[in-house]
Amino acid sequence: MATVTVNGQEIELGDDERLNGIQAAARAGVEIPHYCWHAGMSVVASCRMCLVEAGRKTAEGDVQMVPKLVPACQTPATDGTVFVTNSEKVVQARAMVEEDLLIRHPIDCPICDKAGECHLQDYHFEHGRDQRRADIKPFTSRRRELGDTVTLFVDRCVMCTRCVRFTREISGTKELFVVNRGAHEEIDVFPGFPLDNKMSGNVVDLCPVGALGDRDFLYQQRVWFMKSHDNVCAGCSTGCSIKVEENQDRVYRVKPRENPHINQWWMCDEGRYGLSHIHDPRRCLQPQRGDGSEYANVEWTELPAELEGKLRDAGRIGVVLSPHLTVEEAYLLATYIRKCDPDALLAVGPIPAQGEDEAFPNGFTIRAEKCPNRAGVEAIVSQLGGQLVAWDDFLTRLDGGEFAVAWVTGGYKTEWIDEPTAARFTNVKTLIVQDLFGSPLWERATYRLPGASFAEREGSYVNVEGRLQSFRWAVRPPSGVMVEGQLYWRLLERQGLFKARAVLDEVAREIAHFSPAATEIPEHGVDLKSNQLAGV
Amino acid sequence: MSEFEPILLANVNAENSHTRSVYESTGGYAALRQVLGQMSKTDLIELVKASGLRGRGGAGFPTGLKWTFLPKDHPGPIYFCLNADESEPGTFNNRILMEEDPHQVIEGLILSCFATNTTTAYFYMRYEYPLAWERVQAAVDECYAAGYLGKNILGSGYDLDIFLHRGAAAYICGEETGLIESLEGKRAWPRIKPPFPAVEGVFHKPTVVNNVETVACVRHIAERGAEWFRSMGVPPDPENPRDPGSFGPKLYCLSGHVEKPGCYEAPLGITVNELIERFGGGVWKGRKAKAAIPGGISMGLLTADEFDCPLDFAGPGRYKCLGLGTAAVVVMDETVSMVDFLLNSSQFFAHESCGQCTPCREGTSWALKMMQRIKAGRGRLIDLDLLLEIGDNIGIIPGTTICGLADGAAWPLKNGIRKFRDEFEDYIRRTNPEGYAETDPVPALEVIGAH
Ligand SMILES: Cc1cc2nc3c(=O)[nH]c(=O)nc-3n(C[C@H](O)[C@H](O)[C@H](O)COP(=O)(O)O)c2cc1C
Ligand code: SF4
Ligand code: SF4
Ligand code: FES
Repeated sequence: MATVTVNGQEIELGDDERLNGIQAAARAGVEIPHYCWHAGMSVVASCRMCLVEAGRKTAEGDVQMVPKLVPACQTPATDGTVFVTNSEKVVQARAMVEEDLLIRHPIDCPICDKAGECHLQDYHFEHGRDQRRADIKPFTSRRRELGDTVTLFVDRCVMCTRCVRFTREISGTKELFVVNRGAHEEIDVFPGFPLDNKMSGNVVDLCPVGALGDRDFLYQQRVWFMKSHDNVCAGCSTGCSIKVEENQDRVYRVKPRENPHINQWWMCDEGRYGLSHIHDPRRCLQPQRGDGSEYANVEWTELPAELEGKLRDAGRIGVVLSPHLTVEEAYLLATYIRKCDPDALLAVGPIPAQGEDEAFPNGFTIRAEKCPNRAGVEAIVSQLGGQLVAWDDFLTRLDGGEFAVAWVTGGYKTEWIDEPTAARFTNVKTLIVQDLFGSPLWERATYRLPGASFAEREGSYVNVEGRLQSFRWAVRPPSGVMVEGQLYWRLLERQGLFKARAVLDEVAREIAHFSPAATEIPEHGVDLKSNQLAGV
Repeated sequence: MSEFEPILLANVNAENSHTRSVYESTGGYAALRQVLGQMSKTDLIELVKASGLRGRGGAGFPTGLKWTFLPKDHPGPIYFCLNADESEPGTFNNRILMEEDPHQVIEGLILSCFATNTTTAYFYMRYEYPLAWERVQAAVDECYAAGYLGKNILGSGYDLDIFLHRGAAAYICGEETGLIESLEGKRAWPRIKPPFPAVEGVFHKPTVVNNVETVACVRHIAERGAEWFRSMGVPPDPENPRDPGSFGPKLYCLSGHVEKPGCYEAPLGITVNELIERFGGGVWKGRKAKAAIPGGISMGLLTADEFDCPLDFAGPGRYKCLGLGTAAVVVMDETVSMVDFLLNSSQFFAHESCGQCTPCREGTSWALKMMQRIKAGRGRLIDLDLLLEIGDNIGIIPGTTICGLADGAAWPLKNGIRKFRDEFEDYIRRTNPEGYAETDPVPALEVIGAH
């Protein structure tokens, strides 16, 4: 155990913890402002915003301080280390760095995307001087594109080099570097070698100021109007922890949310920019009943009774659970269908795959499997259904005329079923399809039920490594859509609004595989394998 | 002072002094034969330690002690970097040695590499020294041919290769960890320490960095011993327990307003006055001196009244300068404006700051802009306080930067304004009678955009 003193307050650190001054101070509830340091990358100690006084407490209890200021980011917190972050010397050093950083800064906050979440603004407000003493005319706001995803506002840069280090240490693609020297330094790319990698958007999050703009988000929304919702990316089976940021049910951007077990601080561009389906005007927005050619609108309120009539005693039901459903949704639908037909067959929908898994130097992996919850839905199917029936398997049984009724859930962002496959459903009497977009299957459905996008869902996904993460909805679905969970909740005649947590409690009770989810799910999720490890 | 025979410069005036045959005709490579034949590596380190040799590159760190920081029994490789980046304004002693007596440097380098158990040395030479480049390369080639370099040197079983590396033409490439980065093919951004180069330097291996003149001294210490070396110079200051003394000969680069500028050799501790009078032929044109920089522009300023300052490692510090630096003395006569001096020095550091640390990058750039405005007749008295504030707060001594370039930028500001404040104030009042007392921020001058 190491005892470290921060502004007179003693804190204990674990034996195997290797923390620097910034991290140790944070444990004591003391914030040390910093620009260049980032827990996920190498230490360069160049911005000097984190300067503090440091020293050492001897065994006798005397404190010997180093006479000069030291960067907290570069100073290890070991047994006996003393940090002072509130002395006059430290206050002055912070004021100096803040003054320095604004000397050439264009201070164009009104047209800067970062305004409202900018470290330069916040730190200057807190640590800067109240008057400008410099007599230098800032450069204008020069801008240039670094690549398809990111724009550089050259003069806003504080030269923390986080973006440069990201492309060297995390993406491993090395596009960014520093040109020129001294106050003429700029971030740049080589001609013909733009910022072009599958994690490029992260540099915008990393940039402590507004120097790097996300071309997708640029000038779309002031950040203070947006609300941020913890969520999980549905782009692939890595299941990065993310934040969905919206204003009045319109999603403007998603950002990674730190999760040491999954994505550290990062997410890939595919997940970040793969949002257009949420507000796509082609989304299905009208529940309908029909026969493949003629359709009539139905009211969501009429549906429970009507479906009940169609499904009960109608013959064998086959239900296809999409890997885009949450665990709770899959469980509810399976439960409902089993109520209608105890002998119903549960199958897993098609698993979209694209390319190969792609691992980056720091271990971050983009999975080829482009859905968030294969593991969760498969567990539901095999545990409740007694066997794991895959999509192909289901189709073969379908061809054999096993089913009178089929209930198929989609939710895929892109086209997922072709005409020949859809044609194989001709022999079922009642076909219920829930989906985001129209498809050959939708064209044949008896009931067309518009479904939700990931940002509208609520519940839990289990990622490729068996980690279950829970999240709440970020936006309400467009009018005409009923989120799958909500529909199933109603079909099961439960009261009020769909409560994913209540369903997860049932799942955890009934299915041993999910028992670690019985307790409150921490923000970093829970490892479902932990029950096996612990022998529970 | 008793008669002093030049040691490092003994042969620089001989015809073809840069060739091996001339070098050997005056006893060259005898020390190498002697050491490889008779001494162990540790004996040689002990000898250099005992000599009290301190680095000639600027910081004056004891050389033998630096060598002992290398990890013991390291499986290797250990690298040696010879710092020949010589970019401190006013400094050209390394250049004379490399152009006129390159074998002396190489012999010293081979001995230093032997002592530090190095089999690969990088000779990092500043880009702007084409003649030195040619001559050192030729000398290295001669050494390979003579069996002083390569495998099994002189049958001793010791191997050494020297690679010449041409610098990237920036002052910061002389800072030892900037040099290492540059050598690795990167931008010369000084590294944070620890780890120090002795533990992790070039290519993540233990590395020694020494100056050209330092290793040239090693050659003579190996030949003539520690006692001989200690017979020259200044013993430790008994008042200062941390002063290891300043021993041996030193090359002083004398330039500026003297009759005979040049590189002169004297035992450490010669005063500025003696240097100007005995070697420089006095201040030029019969004028009076006004100031001098004691050891390269980074070290600050001495006023003419302070020319009794002894130029040993501890001397300039007692006159509020940073230190001896590279012992490059630049004399300014009474016609020189201190405003011009400080503008010039600010320009240099703003141009050479590598730009990594905020206080150095922005401080040097802001200081330059202020000096440009003062020079242009738009100065304010308050600017002097702002300049001093920058000077007092940038550098590794206050702890606000990674390397010493910022300290070097600070010292001319601090000494210049503190020692010549009246002159600055007079200039500002005279050239800006309307606005000198203004304290509100003033707009920048449109015309002074770039540097
Ligand atoms: C900005 C800066 C520039 C430097 N330039 C040189 C140089 O050109 N040559 C040199 O030998 N040392 C230079 N030094 C000092 C080196 O960092 C290092 O201390 C020296 O090379 C060590 O050699 P020595 O121990 O033999 O003096 C410089 C230091 C700084 C901070
Ligand atoms: S662009 Fe942003 S992240 Fe990159 S160096 Fe500048 S301030 Fe840092
Ligand atoms: S002090 Fe100046 S030159 Fe040295 S590393 Fe920092 S910015 Fe570069
Ligand atoms: S955060 Fe420590 S120097 Fe930048």
